[in-house]
Amino acid sequence: MALAPLVRLVACGSVDDGKSTLIGRLLAGTGSVPDDQLQMARTTRRSGSTVAPGEIDYSLLTDGLESEREQGITIDVAYRHMELPSHRRLIIADAPGHEQYTRNMAVAASTADVALLLVDAERGVRTQTLRHLTICSLMGVRHAVIAVNKLDALGFDETVFEGIADTLLPAAERLGIERVDVIPVSALEGDNVLERSGRTPWYDGPTLLEILDQSEAITNSEDGLRLPVQTIVRAPGFRGVAGTIATGTVRAGDRLEVAGRSLTATVAEIVRLNASPESAEAGEAVCLRLEPDVDITRGDVLTSVDDTCHPADRFSAELVWCGDEPLAHGRSYLLVCGPLTVPAVVTAVRHRLDVESGSLEAARLLALNDVGRVDIATDAPVPLDSYERSRHTGSFLLVDRVTGDTVAAGMVRFALRRAENITRQEYVVDRDARRRIKGHPAGVVWLTGLSGAGKSTIANEAEQRLHALGVHTYLLDGDNVRFGLNKDLGFTPEDRAENVRRVAEVARLMVDAGLVVLVALVSPFRGDREAARELFEDGEFIEVFVDTPLDVCAARDPKGLYARAAAGQLPNLTGVGQDYEPPTHAELVLSGTDSADASAAAIVAAVLAE
Amino acid sequence: MWALREAAAAFRRPVLLYSIGKDSGVLLHLARKAFYPGPIPFPVMHVDTTWKFRDMITFRDQMVSEYQLELIVATNEAAVAEGVTPFSHGSQEYTRLMKTVALREALDEYGFDAAIGGSRRDEERSRAKERIFSLRMPGHRWEPRRQRPELWRSVNSELVEGQTMRVFPLSNWTELDVWRYIRREGLPVVPLYFAAERPVVVRQGQLIVVDDERMQFEPGETSQQRLVRFRSLGCYPLSAAVASSADTLDDVIAEMESSNESERAGRLIDGEGSASMESKKVEGYF
Repeated sequence: MALAPLVRLVACGSVDDGKSTLIGRLLAGTGSVPDDQLQMARTTRRSGSTVAPGEIDYSLLTDGLESEREQGITIDVAYRHMELPSHRRLIIADAPGHEQYTRNMAVAASTADVALLLVDAERGVRTQTLRHLTICSLMGVRHAVIAVNKLDALGFDETVFEGIADTLLPAAERLGIERVDVIPVSALEGDNVLERSGRTPWYDGPTLLEILDQSEAITNSEDGLRLPVQTIVRAPGFRGVAGTIATGTVRAGDRLEVAGRSLTATVAEIVRLNASPESAEAGEAVCLRLEPDVDITRGDVLTSVDDTCHPADRFSAELVWCGDEPLAHGRSYLLVCGPLTVPAVVTAVRHRLDVESGSLEAARLLALNDVGRVDIATDAPVPLDSYERSRHTGSFLLVDRVTGDTVAAGMVRFALRRAENITRQEYVVDRDARRRIKGHPAGVVWLTGLSGAGKSTIANEAEQRLHALGVHTYLLDGDNVRFGLNKDLGFTPEDRAENVRRVAEVARLMVDAGLVVLVALVSPFRGDREAARELFEDGEFIEVFVDTPLDVCAARDPKGLYARAAAGQLPNLTGVGQDYEPPTHAELVLSGTDSADASAAAIVAAVLAE
Repeated sequence: MWALREAAAAFRRPVLLYSIGKDSGVLLHLARKAFYPGPIPFPVMHVDTTWKFRDMITFRDQMVSEYQLELIVATNEAAVAEGVTPFSHGSQEYTRLMKTVALREALDEYGFDAAIGGSRRDEERSRAKERIFSLRMPGHRWEPRRQRPELWRSVNSELVEGQTMRVFPLSNWTELDVWRYIRREGLPVVPLYFAAERPVVVRQGQLIVVDDERMQFEPGETSQQRLVRFRSLGCYPLSAAVASSADTLDDVIAEMESSNESERAGRLIDGEGSASMESKKVEGYF
């Protein structure tokens, strides 16, 4: 919808490399800064500023948020507009240089066509620079402009410049960055920024502005079509599918396929207010009337017939971890790719990438600002491309289901296994048939609470009562499953998530077999329990919160765990070293100080009511 | 259009905040396009401080009837009853009560979980860091550090207890883009954007147009007829006009192409301390 063609730039550099000054100078030099802001930059000074009175402090033109202005560093991504001499619009995403903000750097680079990297000539190439180059490469940036700054302080020494170029060019090539320009500049004094400098006679290349003016936006209009469907537009006698084209071009009359659904249809019309265009290409928002009007919903992807996308449910992907809490194996997150949302589990961490050295390290976890390769499994097959093929349909976010925070940005490398290779077998004898023979419905009673709350005692008592009533039951006790099925797991939050996942899957099989399954498991994290609940149908999952005060549990201490924790031997004991997140919508809340008899009776009543 | 469709499809109850200004006009037009030939699938809401220019209200009502919009007018009636005016309470407190509080209360009253607005990143420096989808915590507070990373075209639309979303589809537009779009699409705008002889009071170097008899003059002030227009519209005692003879769309655009003063320079409420827009935003101002 933009009126001028866009090029997107990500600007990266360390805190003191002079990045704000360089961008400020570019903006001011292209008339992209209003006069009143220029005036402000003449009269305002931050403490420690060395800019002469009355001169413009260019760095003041780009900072925005109060707190960082006080700290003198950029802490978030800021977007600035600049009109290029070629009348195209340059959007500069100003990414932070500060160490802990890899995440923001990845955000800024995710849509960038070209990267501008600042290197402080006085300090030379530092690990930061390699980090930025690595992240840009990872996020799909294929053109880098390296501005070697502060050469004015070194008398514009050519050997310093050459030394830096000789270090960075091979690094960029190794990372697969196709085009690299290296320019000697002085952000402070303006050399080679807008105009050729007389002080670098040994450099005969273009100025920074000339390079930016020639840079090209990444377009994917030539590729096969990918149109993620955002919404269905309805009007009397009309139904159209609407979305923004990720790659390719769509023309009236094209035959399209709905990825993975064996449905095809022809584009009868590209519908637009006051117009009826013949074609539309990558980046454009369209509404298509299809013939026949096949059943399509939000999250479907329309593709070319001869270059479609095969849905899969296991992927190898790179993650940039953005969450404060580290990645938990086996925990169910929401995977969001454009309009598509599906529950997903990280099944393995393959390695962590050291973004400074480029080396791969063995890792079991990813924490804030880590980058790593993982295997990810989705609950249903989804049409994701590789990131290399398509940024928009080959990328995703992972969302924590409890806090709603975005915890990771992911880039698909490849589908691990075509989902069509494993097809769900349809059983002749199904769960309803089994239920009829048993004469009672199946389901799971999930008891959660602190260690020593009384879960096992209550579950045992309830099972005896149900058994006596002729109900087919099974009890999955937390301690017992750790002797076998889960003996490889410990008690970290990640292992607890996997413990819950496996127990929930086993319970699901048993419910399918027609049993009433009692689960007695601390299962301290709400998100893990919610993921377990989703394996079951409505009414099949009865969450029972055994609510016993911590001091009562500690006084009972049937397994001596609280005593060991007090002695410092059990760092992960729930309620002591780890938090317990009580259920917010439990079907049943039992007071752990009541008698086991009364509690068991309440459970039996709840089961029979289902 | 992408952001508008996402807002409509991913949230339970979105609303479009219509301020009557040029940006809102563009936003409204994009919303018509995004869902054409269907209707705009959400209501529009105007936060009325009761001190808007009369021309703005007339224009709003024309737009509502022409496009058959579902209009909600939100006013902080309690503050009106208490006699809050831009003259009596100072621009800062007045803006907080009549705009920020009025908006927050209306969003809560109707249970809107996503509010779409026409803010642009080029308007003001702190807005350069605003997301297109900007999360608000319970109480509509904006916490810069809790903002979600925005990558590609994937929006995390999960809202937990009390959270809401503000959506800014025009983030990447500039003021000039807005005018060029208005010209290209032939959109109507409030006549105040065009130069005309208007009664003006010069106050602290700013040109204040006297829109009705509620204007309070300071000692020595009188109004005089001046040829002026507006770049940005708000409450009349708080929106300064610029001296201009641009009375057609082409003239306005030509003036803008040669001018180099930031748009909100005429908005008196921004001037109180260089970080004041940011402080207002933290409280829930749009």
